This record gives sequence, C-alpha cells and structure tokens, in this order.
Amino acid sequence: MNKKIRILIGKPGLDGHDRGAKVIAAALRDAGFEVIYTGLHQLSESIVEAAIQEDVDIIGLSILSGAHMTIFPKILELLKQKNAEHIIVIGGGIIPEEDIKKLLKMGVKRIFTPGAPTNDIVDYIKSIIR
Amino acid sequence: MELLQRFLKGDKPAIARVITKIENGTDPKLLEEIFPHTGNAYFIGITGPPGAGKSSLVNAIVPKLLENNKKVGIIAVDPTSPFSGGALLGDRIRMNDLALNENVFIRSMATRGSLGGLASKTKDIALVLDAAGFDYVLIETVGVGQIELDIAQVCDTTVVVLVPESGDAIQAMKAGILEVADILVVNKGDRSGADRLILEMKFAFELRDEKINWQIPILKTVAIENQGIEKLASTVKFHKEYLERSGEIEIERKNKLVLRVNELIEEKIKTHLHNYIIDQKQLKKMIDKAYERKITPHYITDEIVKKMFLKKEV
Ligand code: B12
Ligand SMILES: Nc1nc2c(ncn2[C@@H]2O[C@H](COP(=O)(O)OP(=O)(O)O)[C@@H](O)[C@H]2O)c(=O)[nH]1
Ligand SMILES: [Mg+2]
Repeated sequence: MNKKIRILIGKPGLDGHDRGAKVIAAALRDAGFEVIYTGLHQLSESIVEAAIQEDVDIIGLSILSGAHMTIFPKILELLKQKNAEHIIVIGGGIIPEEDIKKLLKMGVKRIFTPGAPTNDIVDYIKSIIR
Repeated sequence: MELLQRFLKGDKPAIARVITKIENGTDPKLLEEIFPHTGNAYFIGITGPPGAGKSSLVNAIVPKLLENNKKVGIIAVDPTSPFSGGALLGDRIRMNDLALNENVFIRSMATRGSLGGLASKTKDIALVLDAAGFDYVLIETVGVGQIELDIAQVCDTTVVVLVPESGDAIQAMKAGILEVADILVVNKGDRSGADRLILEMKFAFELRDEKINWQIPILKTVAIENQGIEKLASTVKFHKEYLERSGEIEIERKNKLVLRVNELIEEKIKTHLHNYIIDQKQLKKMIDKAYERKITPHYITDEIVKKMFLKKEV
C-alpha cells in the first residue's frame, strides 16, 4: 500500500502574486506530499473541479489580492454543491485577523499569514490528515 | 449508490476515487471488476523531453478529439522526488482550456519510484479511464530526456515530441525514436532550427526498414498558437484507421497484453523473492562465506534460483 497525501495549491482570481504559492508547493513536495499546482488566474469552479478529479485531501488557496472574503466562501459552496465537503480547505496570504475569524467560522480549516514558517505548515497538514 | 455503479455511469468523483484506490493498491478486486468494461478506448501517448510542449499539445489537440461528442481522459505523469517521496504535479497549468469541459477528465500522477516515464500504475489507470467510457485516453509521460519505451507498450498511437532546442541530445535518441514513434512532432515551430530538425529527422527515417508499412509522419506545430494541431489530430485519426483497416490493431494489442503479463510476472516475482523465497538467515551465512572469498556471488545466486524453481541446474 502506497497512500500519499495529495493537495491542490490554487491561485484563484486575478491575483498575480505566486511566490507564496510556489514556496508552499515546493515545501510540501519536499515534505513528501503530492502537490497539484494549477497555475495563476484560476476560476473557483476550475479549482474545485480539479480537486475532485485529482481526489485530493486538501485544497490550499493562496490569496494576496484582498478577494479572500468572496473566494473562500465560493469554494466552500461549490464543494458542498458537488458533494465534496470531505475536501479540507486551508489557505494563506494577506488576510487580516478579523477576516480570518470569519473564514474559520464559515468552514475554512486554517489560514497562514506572511512569515509563517513552512515547517509549521507541513506539521499542521500532517496533524490533520490520518 | 455503490461506487462501481456510479463509476460506470461516468460520475467524475467516482472515477477519481476508483483511480485513487487502484493507484494506492487498496482494493485489489476493483481492477477485476472494471476490466470487462475495457477495450473500447483508443490510447494515445505523448512523450518527449521536459519542456518540449507535451502538456501544451494535449491542451490544443483535445478539443479536436472531442468533436462528434467524444470523451477524452488524460493522465499526466510527473516524477516523484527520490529524496522526499513527494511530487510537484504541474501539467494542469498548461491544460487550463480543458479544466471545465464536461467531456474531459484529467488526472495527474506521480511516478512513485518507477523509472521509464510512467508510474507503475499508469497502465491500470488507463484501463480505469477506458472502463469509465472515455473514447480517447491520452497519456503524457514524464519526459526524462531519454526515449521512454514504456509508453509504446500501452498506447495504440505514440506521438514523440521534439523541439529545436533538443539539438544534440536527439542524435543519441534517434534509434529510440524510431522504435516508439508512430508520429513525430517538431513543436515550437516558431523557433529557429525547427525546419532543420525536420530535415534531419527525415534523413534519419529514410534508413528505416522498407518492409514497414507505416511511414512515420513528421509534423511541425506551435502548440501555444494552435498551429499544426488540426493536422496532428487528423494524422492521429489516420493512424487509428490504418491500424484498424490493416488488422494490426488486434496483433498489436495482443502483443501488448503479452508484454504486460511478462511485466507483471517480473513484478510479482520480485516482491515474492524478497518477502518469502530468500531465507534471510541462510543468505547471511552465504554472504559471510562470499566475504571470505570462499564462494562467489554467482554461486549464491544459482543456489537461490535453483531452490526457487526446484531445479537441479539453472
Ligand atoms: C513581491 C510582491 C509583489 C510582486 C509579486 C511577484 C510574484 N510573482 O509573486 C509584484 C511586484 C509583481 C507585485 C505586484 C503587485 N502587488 Co504586491 N507585493 C509583494 C510583496 C512585497 C511580497 C509578497 C511575497 O511574495 N511574499 C513572499 C511569500 C513567500 O509570502 P506569502 O505569499 O505571504 O506566503 C506566505 C504566507 O502568506 C503563507 N501562504 C501564502 N499562500 C499560502 C497558501 C497555502 C495553501 C498556505 C498553507 C500558506 C500560504 O505561507 C507563505 C510562507 O510563509 C507584498 C507585501 C508583503 N510583505 O507581503 C506585496 C503586496 C501583496 N502587493 C500588493 C499590491 C497592492 C500589489 C499590486 C496591486 C501593486 C500595484 N498597484 O500594481 C500588484 C498586483 C499584481 C497582480 N497582478 O496581482 C499589496 C496587497 C494589498 C492587499 N491585498 O490588500 C501588498 C500586501 C503590499 C502592500 N502592503 O500594499 N507584488
Ligand atoms: N515558443 C513556444 N513555446 C511553447 C510552445 N509549446 C509550448 N511552449 C512553452 O514551453 C513551455 C513548456 O511547455 P509544456 O507544455 O509544459 O511542456 P512539457 O514539459 O513537455 O509538458 C511552456 O512555457 C509553454 O508555454 C510552442 O509551440 N512555441
Ligand atoms: Mg507537461
């Protein structure tokens, strides 16, 4: 048996800041995960559809554009519509503290902000899967 | 509804889950259950060096294959890091035009340690997509630089993609290309050197055995500008018709089954060998003797293999 944690890293919307997403994707690969990176400028629909076809355990969204309060709820809603609520949603980027609180209430599992050590992110993911 | 029933109806989450189970080897019976539903898809392989534009070509050609209400399944293989066991699967970046198409299913796979351009489970996953009702199954290989023979052992049509930049590396690959390619594509036709490469490959192909009926077409494409794609799609379809008309498809597919069985035998034997057959205690004793130069590694090998097959000589 050969189970691997699979995670999709998504860059939704017009946000062109992809350094964080790439850093996270590489760190997760180096931690032994299978990381699907779909590139910049993704529709929420594409991200959710890709996550389903790839049968990932987690979707990780990187949002530095300020659009987090529309995109996260949309992704959660689409997952619900498609019966894929078993997929955990986490994220990171430029997201103010008060918004983080609201997002966690909506069902986002965890948000990381600038400066978060990648080791902590890896450990966190390992702790919530299996 | 039962997973298998949803799967056979073409339900995407179910297809995705079946793939995961087969990839992880968690449900050995599953393949038995889906196998009777296979044999209808046409398998197309896309191979070539990293960065040649394989994913971009897939993105461009799939809309042509979807014509007449067809469905296309795609498997994109990327390497697993030998150090961490993790993988960065990035082929979807170039396949954005397909992401939301109802008749397309894309699955990224990591090699998980196998060599040769495919993951060891890729062939089984191709069967999964076949059973799920896709008319075409496209497989994009890793692109390790060398020509990957593996792909030709699964696919009905193998497309080898080269680019002007591959230059010198191609010299070493020519023999391999001849062996696997049904169609040769020179992509990045917008770059200088493309025409020269086409000419070079034409000369190389002239030296081929004349008895072979299929002349490998050499096509120029610019994947990111959709140039030459129509022609590539029609050439793939033409090759399919050729195989069907000549009856070669049956011969080829039976050959592939033979190769697959051989490969599975090897895999099985290897695991059994290490798990059961070799008596580790006895092996250790023999190794000690070999270390003292009393017996050779060859002798040890013969002893083990003789025992395995219950033979007096090997
Ligand atoms: C570099 C940078 C750019 C580069 C981006 C290069 C690139 N390809 O990424 C360039 C110069 C192109 C750029 C452009 C712009 N930028 Co800029 N940029 C930055 C800057 C200075 C650093 C971002 C960065 O790369 N950080 C390094 C990475 C590693 O950190 P990170 O992304 O935050 O990721 C960490 C965590 O957030 C978390 N994380 C992030 N994603 C994810 C995902 C998951 C799944 C997980 C688990 C964790 C996680 O983990 C990472 C590691 O700790 C920030 C300011 C800042 N200090 O953040 C502004 C900033 C993000 N930019 C900003 C702006 C406004 C812009 C522009 C609109 C400017 C303009 N008017 O033109 C443009 C927009 C471009 C576009 N198309 O989107 C604002 C955003 C304001 C907001 N959201 O409210 C910022 C905050 C600057 C500011 N203080 O005003 N920018
Ligand atoms: N100039 C040019 N670039 C191309 C062409 N096809 C693909 N590319 C670019 O080549 C890079 C690698 O392409 P990709 O499809 O990922 O290659 P793969 O590794 O073989 O799958 C990308 O930046 C593409 O945009 C082409 O025909 N011309
Ligand atoms: Mg690729």
